[in-house]
Amino acid sequence: MAPPPEKTPGDNDAPGVPGFHTWRGVYLFVFGCFLLVVFALTLFAHFYA
Amino acid sequence: MSVLDWFVLLGTMIGIAAYGTWRTRHTDNLNTYLKGNHSTKWGTIGLSVMATQASTITYLSLPGQAYENGIAFIQNYFGLPLALILVCAVFLPIYRKLGVYTAYEYLGQRFDQKTRLLGAGLFLLQRGLQAGITIYAPAIILSTAFGWRLDLTIIFTGLLAIIYTVTGGSAAVNLTQKWQMAVIFGGMITAFVILLTKLPPDATRIAGVMGKLQAVDYTPDLKLRYTFWSGLLGGFFLSLSYFGTDQSQVQRYIGGAALREGRLGLMFNALFKIPMQFFIVMLGALLFVFYQFQPDTPLVFNQAAWQRQVQGPAGAEFRALDEQHSVLHAAKQEKIRAWSAAQAGHDVAAEAAARTELAGAQRASDALRKAARDKLYAAAPEAKKTRDSDYVFITFILTQLPPGVIGLLVAVMFASALSSKAGELNALGTTSTIDLWRAFRPLAAHDEARNIRNAKWFTAFWGLFAIGFALFVSFAENLIEALNIVASIFYPALLGVFIVAFFLKKVGGTAVFWAAIATQVVVLAIFFADKFSPALAIGYLWLNPIGCAACVGFSLLFQTSLPEHKANADK
Repeated sequence: MAPPPEKTPGDNDAPGVPGFHTWRGVYLFVFGCFLLVVFALTLFAHFYA
Repeated sequence: MSVLDWFVLLGTMIGIAAYGTWRTRHTDNLNTYLKGNHSTKWGTIGLSVMATQASTITYLSLPGQAYENGIAFIQNYFGLPLALILVCAVFLPIYRKLGVYTAYEYLGQRFDQKTRLLGAGLFLLQRGLQAGITIYAPAIILSTAFGWRLDLTIIFTGLLAIIYTVTGGSAAVNLTQKWQMAVIFGGMITAFVILLTKLPPDATRIAGVMGKLQAVDYTPDLKLRYTFWSGLLGGFFLSLSYFGTDQSQVQRYIGGAALREGRLGLMFNALFKIPMQFFIVMLGALLFVFYQFQPDTPLVFNQAAWQRQVQGPAGAEFRALDEQHSVLHAAKQEKIRAWSAAQAGHDVAAEAAARTELAGAQRASDALRKAARDKLYAAAPEAKKTRDSDYVFITFILTQLPPGVIGLLVAVMFASALSSKAGELNALGTTSTIDLWRAFRPLAAHDEARNIRNAKWFTAFWGLFAIGFALFVSFAENLIEALNIVASIFYPALLGVFIVAFFLKKVGGTAVFWAAIATQVVVLAIFFADKFSPALAIGYLWLNPIGCAACVGFSLLFQTSLPEHKANADK
């Protein structure tokens, strides 16, 4: 039997992570970290390769 | 391996499997069996997603690939964090809102039965074959390196995964994957630390000057396999297909205590996947430096196959290659030391000259290595089933690590094989039950006990199928590579169907169904185009955005060109 659809919080519900009030904030943080990692790898390649 | 190694290996492997079986032995709720324990937190989901994706190939072959070609492979993961953000924001909330067990069940609700069956069929076809490879690929490398029987290694690994996956379903898979990841992290970090203690102080600079640390390449060339652009765009679509539409991943995050847990589990992967892969490829690049200074660095790392030839009737020719390698290797060591000295002395002209000399020595060494492999493959064609670089890390493990740690690292290889295989079996059993069996027996949907019984039978069936397939493919040459490519060919159409489902509300079932078929034809045509003209060759990652865009385009085209009652017949 298919389970009943659960009550789904909206995208703007608090993610419950200290310092973040919305999921959009979490996504932006992750995206920022990604840019930082790519920048760091580019520097690493430039410095060592 | 010593007794201590066997104790560590069997203790961790059988211990984790037994623990998972025992803890989930009373799973009699369909939701728990198919989606996992309802109280699962984000940490477990995050590790489970990571464990399902990273098979033994990741830990065994990737260091070898970095040893050979450098760390450029890391760029393949650049699209992954962006894809996971989209899965979190769009895919996951819809799956949970509808309360589906599988991603393809959603296609049935959004479109129609034939589109659902198409999606489930594509998944079962490619993942069913992949499940065989998941145990075959590590088994052939480990059995060759240790001299074990290949068939028994496959059967042991396969049966162990079947036992706990059938018993506890998704709950057991999540639970065991968490502990298997602990073994994997512990083992890999231990190996990395031991390697660091054996390296010269300027190891990173040596790896760099020898061309192993080109992490990012911004060259806009479609023919290059690993560039920033192919990794970002191709990797994005590949990751979106895998995490958003492949049931083996969807099943890992679709359950959990709340939507938040699934999202945080995915964000955990978005944050840590690239650093984790960087750690693994750096291990390979540093292994390369380590072996530059070893006096007994083998010419060919698959020593079991090589030594058979050395001691065979044509042994003199193979020994001559070994002697040639010793001379070249010693000369290269001198050139590395000369470069290090010039570099430390800040003598720019001497450094440039030493760098050129070193590059020449490396080219000579690479050419000899290639000649040796070609000779080995000509004499022993069965050695071609694996790449020689697959044996680099396992050779380091066996020759450089202390007793006990060897067992731990072999446990890492088995843990990764079991964790990814269990995730696959779990998804195959679920899709077979929900999207095939229940689709044709809708009345049986209300009989929960019968559903669980069938899910268990299907899971066992796919497990045995994978074992049988793994035993069969051991006779086929280069099948692993071929099947990996086949799997990547099917993803774009499947992703295109999901993109249409989520974002193009006006497109109906019939239009998207035929669009998926047309896309598959286009992708196959592009893939085989280079057979007719090498100028048309493109890196396989580009098939993902091209195929996905084609599916969306065809869907819109068919929706507008089909008679309205047909295009929307099943919407």
